[in-house]
Amino acid sequence: MSDYKTMDSIVVRLAGDSGDGVQLMGSQFIASTALSGKDFATFPDYPAEIRAPAGTTYGVSAYQMNLGANPITTAGDTPDVLVAFNPAALKVSLPMLEKGALLIVNNDSFTTRNLIKAGYEKDPRETGELDSYQLISVDIGHLNLEAVKPFGLSKSDGGRCKNFWALGLLMWMFDRDLSPIENWINQKFAKNEVVKDANLTALHAGHAYGETAELSEALPRFNVSTAELPAGEYRGITGAEALSLGLAAAGELADRPVLFCSYPITPASPLLHRLARFGELGVGTFQAEDEIAAICAAIGASYGGVIGVTSSSGPGIALKTEAMGLAVNAEIPLVIVNSQRGGPSTGLPTKTEQSDLYQAVYGRNADTPIPVIAAKSAGDCFFAAIEAVRIALRHMTPVILLSDGYLSNAAEPWLIPDMNEIEPISTNAAPMPDDSRDTQGMAFDRDAETLGRPWITPGMPELMHRLGGLEKDIDTGHISYDPENHQRMTDMRADKVESVAKFIPDQTIEVGPNEGELLVIGWGSTYGPIYQAMQEIRRSHRNVSYTHLRHLFPFPSNLGEMIGRFNQVLVPEMNMGQLSTVLRDRLGADPTPLCKVTGQPFLISELVEKIRAMLPPVVVAASETAAKGKAQ
Amino acid sequence: MSAVLTAKDFATSQEVRWCPGCGDYAILKAVTKTLAEVGARPESTAFISGIGCAARFPYYVETYGFHTIHGRAPAIATGLKLANPDIDVWVVTGDGDSLSIGGNHLMHVLRRNVGLKILLFNNEIYGLTKGQYSPTSRAGTRSPSSPDGSVAAPVSPGQFALGAGSRFFARAIDTDKVGLGDVLKEAHAFQGAALTEIFQNCIVYNEDVFGDFTDKKTAADTQLRLKQGEPMLFGADNEKGIRFNPDNFSLEIIDAKASPDQVLRHDETNKVVAGMLVELKAPVALGVIYKNPADSFEKSWYAARKNGLKRSRRVADVLRSSNTWTVT
Repeated sequence: MSDYKTMDSIVVRLAGDSGDGVQLMGSQFIASTALSGKDFATFPDYPAEIRAPAGTTYGVSAYQMNLGANPITTAGDTPDVLVAFNPAALKVSLPMLEKGALLIVNNDSFTTRNLIKAGYEKDPRETGELDSYQLISVDIGHLNLEAVKPFGLSKSDGGRCKNFWALGLLMWMFDRDLSPIENWINQKFAKNEVVKDANLTALHAGHAYGETAELSEALPRFNVSTAELPAGEYRGITGAEALSLGLAAAGELADRPVLFCSYPITPASPLLHRLARFGELGVGTFQAEDEIAAICAAIGASYGGVIGVTSSSGPGIALKTEAMGLAVNAEIPLVIVNSQRGGPSTGLPTKTEQSDLYQAVYGRNADTPIPVIAAKSAGDCFFAAIEAVRIALRHMTPVILLSDGYLSNAAEPWLIPDMNEIEPISTNAAPMPDDSRDTQGMAFDRDAETLGRPWITPGMPELMHRLGGLEKDIDTGHISYDPENHQRMTDMRADKVESVAKFIPDQTIEVGPNEGELLVIGWGSTYGPIYQAMQEIRRSHRNVSYTHLRHLFPFPSNLGEMIGRFNQVLVPEMNMGQLSTVLRDRLGADPTPLCKVTGQPFLISELVEKIRAMLPPVVVAASETAAKGKAQ
Repeated sequence: MSAVLTAKDFATSQEVRWCPGCGDYAILKAVTKTLAEVGARPESTAFISGIGCAARFPYYVETYGFHTIHGRAPAIATGLKLANPDIDVWVVTGDGDSLSIGGNHLMHVLRRNVGLKILLFNNEIYGLTKGQYSPTSRAGTRSPSSPDGSVAAPVSPGQFALGAGSRFFARAIDTDKVGLGDVLKEAHAFQGAALTEIFQNCIVYNEDVFGDFTDKKTAADTQLRLKQGEPMLFGADNEKGIRFNPDNFSLEIIDAKASPDQVLRHDETNKVVAGMLVELKAPVALGVIYKNPADSFEKSWYAARKNGLKRSRRVADVLRSSNTWTVT
């Protein structure tokens, strides 16, 4: 093992054409990482085009992963290893690397034509511009084709195996067991013997190349530290998987089926794909003709006594707005999932952003409040989905659940929760028929604390009533144009959403002291980078704290008081300061926004830099800082 | 529980607020009468509507009812039907609601064959918004938004339905108790999407727009009442008949007494003839024009699932279905 380079954690980036199979290679490598007991975080970064013109810089698809000892909460700022399948992938990724990083490039792709397409005037391997990196050129394309030759595949079909060839090499470098990947290939290509065997052969050939090639002395091997994760059973999970499982779990906890109604849109579609396979879990899916039909079918489902869920991304959510108003007015439970992406309009469909917070909190006609919550990590999507359903059924209201493109696709190890430890979800039971009462009024007997009305659904005898989007009398439930009544109903709808706060646990400080100089407030997928930045900054600065919000509307009741205990508040978010605005609006806070809208998650370094700039200079002795470094 | 109900049992306490003389009153009466006649149970019946005059309908029927948003009733009704396929779901809509703002949803429930009874109140005008021309208004319709006459060609509900793949299309006149009642019963019995176009007289904004064929005095000569398997005859003495002209692929009127063998017999399953019947202007074809049953969407949707929407596996089990590892 002496030739292994031991590392606490390592960032690996795979980059190639969108057709090179980089995403598959990354997710398979991560699956093996998980099984080898490392903590990890991933960031798939791919173009909007399905197969962008080969060899171009804008067609580059990348998969970045950070693996090692915990806590790993981001895919890492700077890759230590880059596998570049072509010059364009090298060109796009090179600025992210630190000097000394290991570059593995696919030699065969450095043709004149590809160099021109990538915008290189001269071959970067020959100009000296890669001198400060550890460059290893491998004929991946050629070696792969040689390996799969016996299968008689065409050049293009055979070439498709090269991601497995490269994966084999990577597996050798990280001393990983090939069997989980072999199993996966065997399952995935069970119906196509030739492709299956070709991929397996490519995988083994890449692995053997590492073992035997003359280059092997130059090829470093890595021994990455194993994570010290809490004891328990783990699996790897992406945000989309966790959110889907969470919705199914919510159905089980409420003992109701779930009907997920959606229209295809990036990056929300993976939820539809996952849930379409969850029939056994009491989940149905309906691919509607458009976004509006999707939310309307979900409303119809909830009206029928099933948990209606719809899902989209910002532009699709915009289309659903009118129907959300109907659900508010008719007091129907509904979950609306927004996997946010860069905008406005079509914007950056495959890139991440948190810029739909205004839309969620404020974005409807009239006074139409809807509770808003957000997930903070891939695994957390599971719990966020359960919470969204819980609120919807308790208060008989639509709930908006914010995720984003980064969370949907990012993977992490996940401590599998014990379903028995999650509190069941109660529904507002229908009343017994009562001849002395008008059924219309019975349908609107609201709970004093939650203002949720009973969930009476078609099929229940003697409880027939009419719902609608017209204003109704607060007591009788019949249509009412009475001016005073409209004020009372508007107040009731506001009070109902405010009442959600009564059920939210107090906001707690995640890292740092309970009072002091600076409070960093995060929400959504910025959890990973902020958490990591806090670990780093607290090695030198103690007077900084961090809290992360699940509930964005309404806020936890104690949030204002918590903010008041700090001299400054910093809100990093992937938008132009939307949570800062809501904090000002709702709590009169005066936060400093840290905004980033590049379609990319925060780097730890940019957060550390900003936080440091807001803190007074450090006066502690260097030795003391170092000693405290590892502590929280 | 299952006492025999009358039309009155399906009336609500709500004061009906359509304009006096509106055709909707007659439709409401025919629908409640039909519900009683077919033995519908109020708790298992739901009326879903969008926006417009017709959309007030659910408030006046003592069943479950949901007055929703403009054009979207078919989508909401689809969700309800998937959630609980045992509910008899009626969609009440108008020409603007279903063929303009909601055209997309109507198209898709028809081609999917969702088990909905869709009542399209066609009055060729926007009533609730005070009289603008609608997607079914004839070119040249003068209205507040088309003072010099509208210029676009109207959509034909029948052609739309057949083009969308509808498997049931029928027509009736609002005040025609018998004809409307018969069609409603057929629609109720149909297992998929049943679209019924009801010629509805808006006495305020488009009075007598269908007068040329609804006028009872001339009805015998202007209406072709279709009956499955029966020859297509009309006229006071059934002296006129409809013949298919193979030379120009069209329907034409012939002397039925002179050439009885030439008269077409109505075959509800013939889509080509249905396409010609819906275009017939004089006489206007009424009754069930096209009926060709197939499995409803909800039936196929449930058939594709082993246990319907019932749970047969625990989430805890699925959480562990991928590669897992244990940290000690």
